[in-house]
Amino acid sequence: MSTVRNSISNSVASHAVLLLYTFIALFPVVLIVINSFKTRKAIFRSPLSPPNEETFSTVGYETVMKQGDFILYFQNSLIVTVVSIFFVLLFGAMAAFALSEYRFKGNTLMGLYLALGIMIPIRLGTVSILQLMVATGLVNTLTALILVYTAQGLPLAIFILSEFMHQVSKDLKDAGRIDGLSEYRIFYRLVMPLVRPALATVAIFTMIPIWNDLWFPLILAPAEATKTVTLGSQVFIGQFVTDWNAVLAALSMAIVPVLLLYIIFSRQLISGLTAGAVK
Amino acid sequence: MGSLTLQDIQKSFGKTDVLNGIDLSVSDGEFLVFVGPSGCGKSTLLRIVAGLENPSAGQVLIDDKNVTTVPPAKRGIAMVFQTYALYPHLSVQDNMSLALQQNNESKQLIQQRVEKASDLLSLDTLLKRRPAELSGGQRQRVAIGRAIVREPSLFLFDEPLSNLDAALRVQTRLEIARLHNELSATMIYVTHDQVEAMTLADRIVVLNNGLIQQVGTPMELYNNPVNLFVAGFIGTPKMNFIPGDKLGLPNVQTIGVRPEHISLVESDGELQGTVTHVEHLGADTNIYVSCEGLEPVVVRVFGEFHVDQGASAALRFQENSALQFDATGMRI
Repeated sequence: MSTVRNSISNSVASHAVLLLYTFIALFPVVLIVINSFKTRKAIFRSPLSPPNEETFSTVGYETVMKQGDFILYFQNSLIVTVVSIFFVLLFGAMAAFALSEYRFKGNTLMGLYLALGIMIPIRLGTVSILQLMVATGLVNTLTALILVYTAQGLPLAIFILSEFMHQVSKDLKDAGRIDGLSEYRIFYRLVMPLVRPALATVAIFTMIPIWNDLWFPLILAPAEATKTVTLGSQVFIGQFVTDWNAVLAALSMAIVPVLLLYIIFSRQLISGLTAGAVK
Repeated sequence: MGSLTLQDIQKSFGKTDVLNGIDLSVSDGEFLVFVGPSGCGKSTLLRIVAGLENPSAGQVLIDDKNVTTVPPAKRGIAMVFQTYALYPHLSVQDNMSLALQQNNESKQLIQQRVEKASDLLSLDTLLKRRPAELSGGQRQRVAIGRAIVREPSLFLFDEPLSNLDAALRVQTRLEIARLHNELSATMIYVTHDQVEAMTLADRIVVLNNGLIQQVGTPMELYNNPVNLFVAGFIGTPKMNFIPGDKLGLPNVQTIGVRPEHISLVESDGELQGTVTHVEHLGADTNIYVSCEGLEPVVVRVFGEFHVDQGASAALRFQENSALQFDATGMRI
């Protein structure tokens, strides 16, 4: 009988821990969202209270919409993020497949070399990257950002994906070869669906830092036409005066697209897990 | 259609030599089994025949055509894997027809072949299911069906029964034997299980350390093993090996006697010892007798047989049943 009680107390304890963690994780986000709907005075007087009739205001959103072309900034951020994720997944998966599937000289060395980027932050190379972009005339283009983010995301993607591809049954790939599938079809039709959970994981890990990045947009593409959301929001943060309403509103809006992308990928992740690989 | 010739096949992975010169020919319609301990190179040899692995040296000939550099799909072979290797996202029907579709066969022909194969293996009710919805035995039948549909000149089986439980293993073994009769196709089968080898094979190839030890019918291997390895590998319980000088044969390094060729007698046997352990298997009884200065000798008696542990026993060998081996392990 004690087992029942144990399992109840266990689940209460684990839920308590999870709820606490959820609270801590969501608190700043909720704070940003509720304050974005308040007047400036109310933000400073009682930052923790939700907006009421008296304090409700959408002035922040109005400012954001008026000042600067935020729709364009969103579009830029979205293009850069989605295209970068696409290339990271495509090239990462291809490299991982080659590393895990084919025996060639220097295989291990190549794998280590490709994973090296996990340990060396790409920002160390900012100056040379900028020189490179200037030389190729890519400054102030989204292409510059996409190239840099693809390079930034690849090492981790290759590392994670090659581990997963090692686990895909060798017999399955051989069966494909005997049935006359080309290496490309084996890669796209047999291996990719089986590593979908890993692809979703990599996509999420790649997406967040790209969406939140301020560094490279500021350096490589600060022009009005190529500004991303995070860079666009900086307009409202001044040295002496900060338009908190506008900053909070911009940040709240920036959460939405990334949330949508996350939901899409996590669906993939779950369906990937439940599809069940066949032994 | 369906002969295979291997000429001096060698394979090494890096510095490890896995196969050291394999010469073999398989005639049309034959059921050949590669058997050997794990790591003896039998699976590698099969993969070389399939074209999934390139030999370091030597040639593979299927129907007298050199296919050493031909990709697997163009060799006219089909393979059944230990892990079934069904495509998880395709239905049973699509699993079976994929190779033909890939070969641009007509829909009608594909339909016809799939029907024929599913009839043969009673898969009709499963055609729409996904592999995840099948049991282990059903999956392996689908995998066999996928091989049949291609009507290959050579069937390759890579330990197809190893992942099945004991009852299914016997049933699927019978099914494979029946298929071999009905299709009269050439089949090459890899296993480490000598019961499978003995029951299925027309001829068995015993491999060890990347070399063929002996090729022959199951009974040839059982009655006339050429060396100690084959003698010890074929037959359960294992053949007893007794140093020659213990039996008064100083010119012979080792004497081999099968457990079923020894009987327990009151006295006047070749060896004298005490019973240390008895295994009752119903149909037969294994008796372990320890003799001075020897490994325990196993005696197999058919039917039920009662003997007390610790009883002393004399062992008598059946006439002409003892095999003699020299110092290099070869038969004399």
